Amino acid sequence: MSDTTASPGQITASDGMSLKAKLAKATRRSKIKALLMVAPLGIFVLISFLVPIAMMLTRSVYDPVVSETFINAGPLLARWDGKGLPSEPVWEAFAKDLKIGKKNKTIGRAATRINFDLPGSRSVFTKTARKIKRVKTGPYKEAMLKIDKRWSNPELWMTIKRKLSPITAGFYLNAIDMKYTGTGEIVSQPDQRQIYIMLFKRTLWLSFLVTVFTIILGYPVSYLLATLPMRYSNLLMIMVLLPFWTSLLVRTTSWIALLQKQGVINDLAVWLHIISDENRLQMMFNSTGTLIAMTHILLPFMILPLYSVMKTIPPSYMRAARSLGADQFTAYIRVYLPQTLPGIGAGSILVFILAIGYYITPALVGGQDGQLISNIIAYHMQKSLNWGLAAALSSILLAGVLALYWLYNKLVGIDNMSLG
Amino acid sequence: MAVTASDKPMVRFDGVQKSYDGETLVVKDLNLDIAEGEFVTMLGPSGSGKTTCLMMLAGFEPATHGEIFLNGTPINNVAPHKRGIGMVFQNYALFPHMTVSENLAFPLSVRGMSKAEQAEKVKRTLEMVELPQFGDRRPAQLSGGQQQRVAVARALVFEPDLILMDEPLGALDKQLREQMQYEIKHIHENLGVTVVYVTHDQSEALTMSDRIAVFEDGVIQQISTPDDLYEKPQNSFVAHFIGENNRLLGEVVETSDDGNCKVKIEGGHVVSAAAVNVSAVGERTMMSLRPERVEINPDEGSVPNVLEGTIKELIYLGDHIRTRLEVAGHDDFIVKLPNTYGHKSLEEGSTAMVGWHTEDCRALDVN
Repeated sequence: MSDTTASPGQITASDGMSLKAKLAKATRRSKIKALLMVAPLGIFVLISFLVPIAMMLTRSVYDPVVSETFINAGPLLARWDGKGLPSEPVWEAFAKDLKIGKKNKTIGRAATRINFDLPGSRSVFTKTARKIKRVKTGPYKEAMLKIDKRWSNPELWMTIKRKLSPITAGFYLNAIDMKYTGTGEIVSQPDQRQIYIMLFKRTLWLSFLVTVFTIILGYPVSYLLATLPMRYSNLLMIMVLLPFWTSLLVRTTSWIALLQKQGVINDLAVWLHIISDENRLQMMFNSTGTLIAMTHILLPFMILPLYSVMKTIPPSYMRAARSLGADQFTAYIRVYLPQTLPGIGAGSILVFILAIGYYITPALVGGQDGQLISNIIAYHMQKSLNWGLAAALSSILLAGVLALYWLYNKLVGIDNMSLG
Repeated sequence: MAVTASDKPMVRFDGVQKSYDGETLVVKDLNLDIAEGEFVTMLGPSGSGKTTCLMMLAGFEPATHGEIFLNGTPINNVAPHKRGIGMVFQNYALFPHMTVSENLAFPLSVRGMSKAEQAEKVKRTLEMVELPQFGDRRPAQLSGGQQQRVAVARALVFEPDLILMDEPLGALDKQLREQMQYEIKHIHENLGVTVVYVTHDQSEALTMSDRIAVFEDGVIQQISTPDDLYEKPQNSFVAHFIGENNRLLGEVVETSDDGNCKVKIEGGHVVSAAAVNVSAVGERTMMSLRPERVEINPDEGSVPNVLEGTIKELIYLGDHIRTRLEVAGHDDFIVKLPNTYGHKSLEEGSTAMVGWHTEDCRALDVN
């Protein structure tokens, strides 16, 4: 009871307990109730969202496969000074690990990891693992060199040694088009292997363009929605929402039907003799296609926040501006537009964040140069199975989004954002 | 101060009609002259067409028919921003993204005035509404009364000759509203601007106006000075809308040349009244009688009309005692008894005589 009895100077309730303690006691029940009500959602979010993200982020820096596979050779190789080739005990331990790895079928995974850093080295491990079981006695160095003479390459050993450490910055370096050399230096990837920086730039640029176009197209629509009489604005709202409710896949494929070389728009243009049959426009399977389709698909995310802000601006502001002597244009620029800025901000941040993570549309209509960073992340998740790199790319993207959010909060204030 | 419109009115509505849907007229044949320097109030219940008239004058609604003149020039085709009319809106419409000073400077800057001149005028106008230190605040940081003053200041700062006010005090509490009524009235008197004021609050209209136009159903029912409006209502709508009145239903039994008539009311009593809206014997009429013009137990022979009533209820209201009686079959006959020294004390259930002068009882139309 020591903390509930009042110390001198504190405000007390009539029974002598401190008012703070009394208040806490009185509100405890409702606090617990509120907590219990959000608990199911909280647990769901934790399990299905936060934990997977945390695991994914861990993967971008943590990769224990190599050290777990070379469990015997690892400690020995760690003590190796990196000059020349390792000594016989290392080779022996290695041969042992390769045998175990072959039996457990873990050698392939470890080899793939090393292959990320030293392309072409995968077969060294698989080939040696296949043949090493016939070698019963040492010296193992000669035996392994006989199986594959690439074992004599010190760079291979340096790479293995580096890969033994489960904590690695390699994925992040990879994600920004850098790499470790065999000797552990950080250098740029060769020009023909530099793709991620370019993809990040393209993703940001395309998202920026999509945001700009949704503002240009969405602003007048939102204005009409907010100012037209109920009858018309409801109809218009349905026209905005109908595509919004339609499956993303359907909308994307309809854009293919419209934009492709033998598609509706090209056919129409040829028929109207605007373009000749040989010079049909390539509007699909490039970044133009991605831009058009994404602008259309993300348009509602601009219109709805804008609409919700415009709806709250009474027409009397414009009337006041007019009565004070401003013509329509001046009144619009100086009175109406500034009041819609929170809506533009909210819509922009929403569209931009959705756009930089967009996947399906660029995958379907993007072709070669319409692919975005999320497509390459999906590729590394599903095809190349380089999850570490996928995680590194994702976390860079996530960091970018959080930085934008921070910037927006600094400039506009998140309280001013209205999502309707 | 002009009470009746002069030959050259500042504002003239000439046969103005307004319809929003092409089926019903919101404003039916409005003819109204407003003289320079006049304070005219458009008073009426909601939906009576008063705000529509104001919006047509401001230029936000086009007149369906007829012409509006400002200083003798027809303005039907003049855009609102070229009319040079100051306006105070119902919810002030202060621009929320600008400070008070920026709000006030807005009409000056769109007129291309220099920054120094703007600052000077803004300062002077803020001083006039007694808010000199509030220039840097945002409208949201002001109280309702302060916002109201800023709205008035913004409508005045570019020195228009005509100011329109659309129920500007509607959002304020009673005490502040009364205070602002006097302030607006004083501003009007000091600056000599013409004001057209719209309200549904009759006491506001009576306090401030030179003339009041009572609107109902798209038509001006009566336009006159506040005292005429209250004391000489022209029809039963005005009598009922402005102030409190006792209504006695009856039938005209005799008319005379002096403008009076005799009316037979329920219970067979015949009373005399001023014939305002009745012309012939046999017509039904609604007579209007202000509660404060009725005398209780008048001296013998002092008033021409005396009836007997039963006191049903006495309500003590401080400055007066509200007495409800049953008179000639009406049990809502109200008499306001001033709480003067040594006033006659009454008891519920007792009988009393009520009497009044002929000119205070106005025989009007039955609506």
